[in-house]
Amino acid sequence: MLLHRAFRGALVGSVALGAMLSVAVAQTELRITWYNDGNEGEVLRDLLDRFEADNPDIKVVIDTVAYKAILESLPVQLAAGEGPDMARVTDLGGLQQHYLDLSPHLSDTAYWETNFGPFLNWLRSNEMPSAIPGFMTQLTVTGPFINKTLFEQAEVAIPGEGATWDDWAAAAKEVADKLDLAIPLAFDRSGHRVSGPAISMGAGFFAADGGPALVDDGLKMMAQKIYDWHEAGVMAKEHWGSVSGTQYLGANEDFANAQVAMYMSGSWQIGQFEEQIGDAFDWWAVPAPCGPSACTGMPGGAALVALKTSEHPEETAKVMEYLSSEPVMAEFYGRTLFVPAHLGLAEKGVDFQTDNPLAKHALEVFAGAVPSISETAFNLQGYPNNRVMFNALISRLGQAIVGEMTLDEAYERMTDDVAKQIAEKERGG
Amino acid sequence: MTAATTEATLRERIGSSTLALVAVPLRALFSAIDYPMRLVQRVVGVVGMPYLFLIPNLAFFGTFVVIPLFINFGFSVTGGTQLYLEDRPYVAGEQYGYLLDCDNVTDVSTCREDRFWRSIYNTITFVFFQVGFLVIFSLITALVLNRKIRARGFFRSVFFFPVLLSPVVVALIWKWILLRDGLLNAFITWLGGEKILFFISPTWAMFWAIFVSIWAHMGFYTLILLAGLQAIPPDLYEAAEMDGTKPSRVFWRITLPLLWPNMLVVIVLALIKGVQIFDEVFVLTGGGPGTSTLFIVQYIYETGFASQVQNFGLAAAASVLLGAVLLVLTLAQLYVAQRREAKAA
Repeated sequence: MLLHRAFRGALVGSVALGAMLSVAVAQTELRITWYNDGNEGEVLRDLLDRFEADNPDIKVVIDTVAYKAILESLPVQLAAGEGPDMARVTDLGGLQQHYLDLSPHLSDTAYWETNFGPFLNWLRSNEMPSAIPGFMTQLTVTGPFINKTLFEQAEVAIPGEGATWDDWAAAAKEVADKLDLAIPLAFDRSGHRVSGPAISMGAGFFAADGGPALVDDGLKMMAQKIYDWHEAGVMAKEHWGSVSGTQYLGANEDFANAQVAMYMSGSWQIGQFEEQIGDAFDWWAVPAPCGPSACTGMPGGAALVALKTSEHPEETAKVMEYLSSEPVMAEFYGRTLFVPAHLGLAEKGVDFQTDNPLAKHALEVFAGAVPSISETAFNLQGYPNNRVMFNALISRLGQAIVGEMTLDEAYERMTDDVAKQIAEKERGG
Repeated sequence: MTAATTEATLRERIGSSTLALVAVPLRALFSAIDYPMRLVQRVVGVVGMPYLFLIPNLAFFGTFVVIPLFINFGFSVTGGTQLYLEDRPYVAGEQYGYLLDCDNVTDVSTCREDRFWRSIYNTITFVFFQVGFLVIFSLITALVLNRKIRARGFFRSVFFFPVLLSPVVVALIWKWILLRDGLLNAFITWLGGEKILFFISPTWAMFWAIFVSIWAHMGFYTLILLAGLQAIPPDLYEAAEMDGTKPSRVFWRITLPLLWPNMLVVIVLALIKGVQIFDEVFVLTGGGPGTSTLFIVQYIYETGFASQVQNFGLAAAASVLLGAVLLVLTLAQLYVAQRREAKAA
């Protein structure tokens, strides 16, 4: 009897184990390479847990990496054919050749065209002009934040609608002088951040034949201002002068520590500021300051794209379809406080899950700035070699700021750098 | 003590059965190896045997050092952005030509790739001061720690401790100390001084890059010199003392000449590591302000990996040039050392 029971137990056990193993064998594992600005990784995991519960045959692993790894390591991985199934990228045009066209696997391509249409063009290459490689996890808009509390304490009037960069720089300097503040105005050390203000000054970024033309009068005007602001102590050399080459350096921590009166960054900081600053002081998003040509920021953002290195395109498409569906996107944008890049949701409005009036105000300001973004800015964002121009701009302007070369020499070098890099890229192989 | 008594003592201590337990399988193992080894020796000869033993090491060295070296050279004569060598167009010496295209090498602004030359000059400055002071401070520390001072073991550990830290940790610790609101500035303002922005001054940035590097690596070189000092026979010092020789003369005539082999090791290693400096300075200063602490390895890294157009060819050409310079330096040092040894003999 005992032997019979033991035999039966063993049989049941092996059947269960076999069943478990067969589930494990049948399960497809997909990997997403992801970086975080705020809580979006957490939200994504939560959404994917629900997806996995409904689709036990698919398991999605999120490999969270530093943003630098997305810019520097992922391209090498992809070129070596060793990439993940999906990745969150910001060099939207630069990685085009590695994107997987999901359209053969999607049930409703019209939904993608309707809701992500204009942004899909940023992901499409000339070889695949109608491809659907992914969707924007967020639309970003560059623009400034001010420390309103400091402006109030210094009794300096906040410049109103239509105020120029000079007006804002003067106001920020006045605040800093009155309150003995170290940094009146800070820009992230990023070419993308300078491009919006440069376009406002009249920079065109492209020649008549559509080729890159980084240096023109508009760009020179903005570069001169940044240079002069460093000389006059309006901007601190710690951000633009303290590192070399193309390195990104954000001023978000200095702003969060209330050491900056005005900070030129963008909408992706909202979630982080809500968490870090909360209501410690009034961090206030303001519309893009004006130049003679426009009052524009730069659009941008991050996209979740499917990659050719995926061995499971169908399952990848299934995950992408789920994540891009309207209710999931609504929850994602609502919880992450990202400006929606889903046109349907942008029109209907997203229920942002925050009680913080500062965050709500910032979201309104950045979402409201989208219609006023200049066409040049949109074209620049969609240009596959835009980072070549951004990088040449910051590395050479940085050298001029610390006195290693004159501005004129910097302009010459910027032009050479862009020409050399694009020639190297076009040399192909 | 004879072998027989040793074995007897061992047997007594661990017991015959335990000894047999260890010895029997060992004996069997060696006899099993013995036959094929004799066979191999008959084929390759006695002279060939050492080379046979070197094969595993050479295979490892070849796979991970020599082959990549050739691949790197291959990249340096190709262009484009493709990752695989076979997909890249051959451009002969174009990358080298681009790097070396200068009207006047003493004025970097006349060089086509000015950042390469800036990184070269920065590296020379760094190596000159870092290696010089590193050797001097390591020697002084080793001399002090070789004396019978109180808590000598403790101080030896203190000086060696930074060597155990990761370069990134070292750089972050010092960055927190040196920032605008860091510990050092807090101390300076407490003393009534003005805050110093160390990372926006080229001179300060270079100074701290050198200082931090010395701080982090000095313990290792001190240890090498300390070992050398302890190997000097004490009777030489006793004889000098009996002769009434001055301490400075003892140092120059006994300590330094006998320490020279260790000094040479320290100088060669410090020089090579100095030229290869990257991680600490990259985290500490990011190569700034401007390009004033941009060193050659950071230049190679940024050219090859940090740009949107990853220019592997140019980066590879720069690293071949760096390798060539290191090779020349090492050979020069070996030549000097050999000449010195020959003179002494």
